[in-house]
Amino acid sequence: MSAPVWNNKVVKWVDDRLPVFSMLHHSAYEYPTPKNLSYMWNFGSLAGFVLVTMILSGIFLVMNYTPHADMAFWSVERIMRDVNYGWLIRYIHMNGASMFFICVYIHIFRGLYYGSYKAPREMLWWIGILILLAMMATAFMGYVLPWGQMSFWGATVITNLFSAFPIIGDPLVTWLWGGFSVDNPTLNRFFSLHYLMPFVILGLVVLHVWALHTVRSNNPTGVEIKTPQDAIAFHPYYTIKDLFGMGVFLIFFLFFVFFAPDFFGEPDNYIPANPLVTPPHIVPEWYFLPFYAILRSIDFTVFGIPAKLLGVLAMFASIIVLFVIPWLDTSKVRSSKFRPVYKWFFLILFIDCFILGYCGKKAPDDYFMGIEGLKVITVGQLATLYYFAHFLLVMPIVGKLERPKPLPASISESVLKGGANA
Amino acid sequence: MSQTVQSSGDHTPDENRRDFLTLATTAVGVVGTGMALWPFVDSMNPSKDVLALASVEVNLSNIPVGQAVKVMWRGKPVFIRHRTEREINEAEEVSLNELVDPQSDEARVQKKEWLIVVGVCTHLGCIPMGTATGETRGDYDGWYCPCHGSHYDTSGRIRKGPAPLNLVVPTYTFLTDTSVQIG
Repeated sequence: MSAPVWNNKVVKWVDDRLPVFSMLHHSAYEYPTPKNLSYMWNFGSLAGFVLVTMILSGIFLVMNYTPHADMAFWSVERIMRDVNYGWLIRYIHMNGASMFFICVYIHIFRGLYYGSYKAPREMLWWIGILILLAMMATAFMGYVLPWGQMSFWGATVITNLFSAFPIIGDPLVTWLWGGFSVDNPTLNRFFSLHYLMPFVILGLVVLHVWALHTVRSNNPTGVEIKTPQDAIAFHPYYTIKDLFGMGVFLIFFLFFVFFAPDFFGEPDNYIPANPLVTPPHIVPEWYFLPFYAILRSIDFTVFGIPAKLLGVLAMFASIIVLFVIPWLDTSKVRSSKFRPVYKWFFLILFIDCFILGYCGKKAPDDYFMGIEGLKVITVGQLATLYYFAHFLLVMPIVGKLERPKPLPASISESVLKGGANA
Repeated sequence: MSQTVQSSGDHTPDENRRDFLTLATTAVGVVGTGMALWPFVDSMNPSKDVLALASVEVNLSNIPVGQAVKVMWRGKPVFIRHRTEREINEAEEVSLNELVDPQSDEARVQKKEWLIVVGVCTHLGCIPMGTATGETRGDYDGWYCPCHGSHYDTSGRIRKGPAPLNLVVPTYTFLTDTSVQIG
């Protein structure tokens, strides 16, 4: 890679002192990208786009929002009714959260399917998980801010999770609340942190992209770039592809903003928070449902550890386990395209996550899909079992036993021969 | 930086002194940072005005037998239930080894007809149903938490479901026969 030559004198003067233009040229223009990336590779940049959208729309919402237990709900209603385009900005922000998780979940499943977590991309994968954790914290605190019934009771239930820890549990919860229940001090600190966290995420995204540009993008074959023929310049080939994807994605995003803005929301959150009445059915936002199902599925004691603590530990473990999958996966082949056995287990995991989501949405004593005698809690327990078994058993065992299909000699070869030879 | 000349494998007195200085500086730095951090951590604990909202007085004369009320105390509801003869008997007759969190009814009330408990489910902090007339009272005639399905009996003790503990009994004193101070 040659250093660019700048003809514009001003650009050259700046670049000699602070090489921003060289850096941009290096990482967004000539960055060699595998030439066979599918549309599954669009969701990273889409997630970045949603992050920027969330920060911008959030900054404008703050101009009209009042973080006080007595006024928060009505300040949000004022944004909806009186502030010019307030409804639009809030609906963008509200649905943007769902869009962010849609992009990131597709991005994660993409990484899981094509083995993007395997060496040398472990750091890239870890930073990604940290981003997911930071997003979850941000989304949770943001959902509390409108101070509706779901905000209040969601905050109560989730903060109470920490009371499950022995000894430190209760003082920890009091500390989180700044009182003896979720109240004004809680709302204030959540507001403060909700404003901070997106910038933490932004910092992590910079590290994520840095790590990406060090180890380069994976691709559908999972075979590394070997010769210059395997790669094309990021610009204009992938800038244009990302922009096209963004156009399609915006149609999807704005459909919800304009035509179904409350599709992802809970009607109960349009009732002002009432500390005396718990809504009959508390559910988290859809993107937390699988984790909520794991939390609730533990209703038994093991070795004297109470169910409540076990549930909390299982829920945290469901994400922590992702950190170690670069070592749990024993297969020498990255892409599941060439893994005839594992790809079916991957499909089961994918469906399993949806089943968990369904179980998280329903009351534990309901019947699963209306099937008489099959309780949601039972299905949730089986789905939780598979979730962990997939990572802790299937990944190491299948990786050892399975005989992968022959890999293409290079990316170029796979493109010319029309993909994997079946 | 000056170089330390080593004559043999042993540390020279100079090096020992330097090690000590490094360790001492690090220790002071760590402790100092911790001390500087504490005010910020503690600022998130309940403030004095929150702690000051300690007690509330309730008039019991307008709660008929069999009914219950909710009052706010420290931002949480407190259930005050005027128990019927049957409810008292139910609470007293349960043998302790049937209970998840064994506690006799006697230990949980000051006057048999008045049950006073913090109305917060010990599982994840929802408000159990069963105080207002017509709400479901669960399988044990006490309260039922809709969030995750915990059932409490007429003494506010956990009988079924994920909650680990009985409903908390707050400190309270009867000021007169018809008035109680909670907190």
